[in-house]
Amino acid sequence: MRYSGLKVITEGLFGNKGWGPAWRNPTPKAEYDAIIIGGGGHGLSTAYYLAKNHGLTNIAVLEKGYLGSGNIGRNTTIVRANYYMPGNSEFYSHSLKLWEGLEAELNYNVMHSQRGQLILAHSDGQRDTLARRGNAMINQGDDAELWTLDQVKDFAPYLDFAQTRFPIYGGLMHKRGGTARHDAVAWGYARGADRRGVDLIQNCEVTGIDIENGVVRGVQTTRGAIRAKKVGMVVAGRSSQVAAMAGMRLPIESHVLQAFVTEGLKPIIDSVISFGMGHFYISQSDKGGLVFGGDLDFYSSYAARGNLPMVEHVMEAAMTLMPMIGRAKVLRSWGGIMDMTPDGSPVIDKTHVEGLFVDAGWNYGGFKAAPASGWCMAHLMATGESHEVARRFRLDRFRSGHVIDEEATGSQHNLH
Amino acid sequence: MRIPCPLCGTRDRREFYYYGSEDYLKRPSDQGMVEDLDNHLFLRDNPAGVMRDVWYHEAGCGAWMVVTRNTISHEVLGSELVAKQKEA
Repeated sequence: MRYSGLKVITEGLFGNKGWGPAWRNPTPKAEYDAIIIGGGGHGLSTAYYLAKNHGLTNIAVLEKGYLGSGNIGRNTTIVRANYYMPGNSEFYSHSLKLWEGLEAELNYNVMHSQRGQLILAHSDGQRDTLARRGNAMINQGDDAELWTLDQVKDFAPYLDFAQTRFPIYGGLMHKRGGTARHDAVAWGYARGADRRGVDLIQNCEVTGIDIENGVVRGVQTTRGAIRAKKVGMVVAGRSSQVAAMAGMRLPIESHVLQAFVTEGLKPIIDSVISFGMGHFYISQSDKGGLVFGGDLDFYSSYAARGNLPMVEHVMEAAMTLMPMIGRAKVLRSWGGIMDMTPDGSPVIDKTHVEGLFVDAGWNYGGFKAAPASGWCMAHLMATGESHEVARRFRLDRFRSGHVIDEEATGSQHNLH
Repeated sequence: MRIPCPLCGTRDRREFYYYGSEDYLKRPSDQGMVEDLDNHLFLRDNPAGVMRDVWYHEAGCGAWMVVTRNTISHEVLGSELVAKQKEA
């Protein structure tokens, strides 16, 4: 069923009885051409682009819970392409272009809102770094504007400009940055993949990966064995455990990242604002809640909930940046499990097993990457070659030294 | 989550700096293979469940310790000094 404004009106007139389920609920077949393990944003977009760009339709997505039950529904929804490092820059640029056409592509309202993202500078050095980053973004073909203090004051007068501890020197505005409705991205890709014949199989946990003579043959699941010529592991949050089924160790430490939302308020913050000193970022949802987050809790965790010290730290950063936020009441907080790699950049690559591919290590930046991650993973699985914008996301780059250290904090565990 | 320091008792998590899996302590020989260093630096244990990891009591007594804890429930099961482990 194609969604349209006319359809909404006619359904409204006739009691909304004509809406069907957005996707089927198929039973798994005995064999597929390709299997994607993981029904999150990246897994669903991989399936969608395998079907759409490469004509592979005899494929299944296996999800141990329900579709979109992981980080795609647990993030702060920021979409941006403001990376500096070669490897990241072209990849996120490609992803943002896909975002810009996503709603028409999927016939699904993902509420992508290019409301702009402003990163603040709090020292001369930080402003120079932002200028350099802005130049890299412009060279990549994306947009960036280096803003003076007066421009920031005009744009966001509610920031605390009087404080002396972290004075605001200016900022970098990325006007094509913004937010999107996170669940809708998973649902849009799921519906799109289903319409192209992909089997989305929920409540189906993979318990083993069958490998014979170095070639993948299929997977064992809680709903029986399924054969497949190609298998993609796209399971952020449990990447290490799934890879272990294929005898692999991944360069990943799993950490918890918390996020928060306040009660609904009248419109006040009409863009995404990142506080350069405190690792704090905030936007306002269409429903009115202020959505914000900070840094990792900084210890290995699979708990999907954090501890109070980081809650306090994030609230302090919020109060430092915009004291008015102290009047808002926090409604909820939650945590997501981040695949942290040593250099803070992801992996989309083949493995030592023929036909087995891995898409993992998205750190705390996986949401905005979902379209391009699926695009590139699908390209890799279909053609056996890395896509040109993802060719640096190699699994062996730590051993070879070709790291992509976006934060420039070093490339070992525990620094990002 | 509070961390039991063998010297100071149970303390606030914020007093400690985190170093990750105890693989951190098992440094391979300098004469070893590149694969050994790769394993040591990057391919560390990342269990969902009981884990042994290294914490440094940075804002306390300065002790290094291996803490046994559960990464799913955040339950802390015990700790011992790295120095003591090395002696044993």
